[in-house]
Amino acid sequence: MHINATLINLYHICARECWLHANGIRMEHTSDTVYDGKLLHEMSYPLRADRHTEISLTAEFSNEIVLTGKVDFYDSKARTIHETKRSNKTAAAHEWQCKFYIWLFALNGIDDVQAILEYPKSRERTNIFLSEADSVYLSNTVDEVYHLLRSDLCPPRLDEKICKHCSYHDLCYSGEDLSSY
Amino acid sequence: MKKSYYLFNPGRMSRKDNTLQFIPVDAAGIEGTPKYIPVESVANLYAFGALDANSSMYNFLGKEQISVHFFDYHEHYTGSFMPKDYLLSGKVLIAQTQHYTHQKKRLLLAQKFVSGATGNMLKNLKYYHNRDKDTSIQIDRIEDLSSQIWETDSIEMLMGIEGNIRITYYSSFDTIINDFEMGIRSKQPPSNEVNALISFINSLCYTLCLDAIYHTQLHPTISFLHQPGFRRYSLALDLAEIFKPILSDRLIFTLLNKKIVTKGDFDIQLNSCLLKESGRKKVVKSWDERLSETIMHRSLKRNVSYKHLVKLECYKLVKHILDMEGYQPFKAWW
Repeated sequence: MHINATLINLYHICARECWLHANGIRMEHTSDTVYDGKLLHEMSYPLRADRHTEISLTAEFSNEIVLTGKVDFYDSKARTIHETKRSNKTAAAHEWQCKFYIWLFALNGIDDVQAILEYPKSRERTNIFLSEADSVYLSNTVDEVYHLLRSDLCPPRLDEKICKHCSYHDLCYSGEDLSSY
Repeated sequence: MKKSYYLFNPGRMSRKDNTLQFIPVDAAGIEGTPKYIPVESVANLYAFGALDANSSMYNFLGKEQISVHFFDYHEHYTGSFMPKDYLLSGKVLIAQTQHYTHQKKRLLLAQKFVSGATGNMLKNLKYYHNRDKDTSIQIDRIEDLSSQIWETDSIEMLMGIEGNIRITYYSSFDTIINDFEMGIRSKQPPSNEVNALISFINSLCYTLCLDAIYHTQLHPTISFLHQPGFRRYSLALDLAEIFKPILSDRLIFTLLNKKIVTKGDFDIQLNSCLLKESGRKKVVKSWDERLSETIMHRSLKRNVSYKHLVKLECYKLVKHILDMEGYQPFKAWW
């Protein structure tokens, strides 16, 4: 099973979203927010491509699990990953995604990599480093995601405020009001 | 917001850079001024007139996930250009197939489609019954028949009941519609104005359901109530059952009773009746307006368009086949 950075990110937001995404039930095409994020990605740092490269990493975690990640902007001179996000609503998930990248570099023998999490709209930047405890946590998280995705059962919906902005919102909340039956 | 484009005039549609260009051509072959349609604004195209287009245009539409639905000169639906599937989920496909092959699971979904369709038919009958159109005979008969839906133990038996419900339902049209006689339902060709409208608008409803399915992970050929067909997307037929009473029939009643479409909009031959172009345009315009009308959705707690309701129905089906949440068909409550 391949587990990538996106799934690690989603797992920290909502287990159901992670499960649906991994099982090919995608909703990005319906979401203006997702489209906006994509544009932001393309427009925010037009000159960045000159000095940075796109890099794909893999690491064998166990017999069943292969970890993968695709970093859009890697500055090899400064050993820095740049990750651009639309808003910091789910900042914790973004941080774990960045830490997962750093961890992937470490698993490939490249140490001392840091990440910069960027929110161009609010002009905020956060420096991200990976601690020993973070690596242990990520390793446990990968196991949890693996078990989640092996299951045929889709996790329940969150019923949180954040659901309103999720591209799966209408899927999760489209049930009929049963009082009419 | 993407929208449908309905092409009535003969002409040439082509790709011009990254947009669509339509050049109308009149009967004498004289080209008119080109119209430009930004591709981002296109949900799908309906070709009613003679449309010239080349493969580069279809490749472009295919890349942009835009379908084209074709109707012949007699407004019969002839087929669709459906771009390659772009939302594939093995999980959903397998689950959908299992719900078809497992007899009990298939029957349950089929019963829900019929029950949803019946609920929406009754809604229409009761609406008119409250407005001095006596449909009590049909209401009683359909309520009696609908209680048998859950007692069926085969698709054939269910189809039989569904057929009876529909015949009973259509028998009320002569009461509901002023100034036009429908008689019995006749299809190929439709024998009178009401039948012509039903055929045409039902095919619009079918394409609406087909496009909604296309933009989800559901597979359009694996259906539950209708036999999975070859040469047709039968899941769209299943879905259309639910929406025909709400979208097609209510529109027909409005068009005729409000005299939006009149006798002069039809071309009546010895044994067939077809819409003239004037009528077709009126119908399509009203249909399109109807689809963008909104209702307050009770569980989403926001206004959603009729068009979006069809998509929500697809989501509910996905949830049902993945054992996330039992499917309940959409029933109009107003």
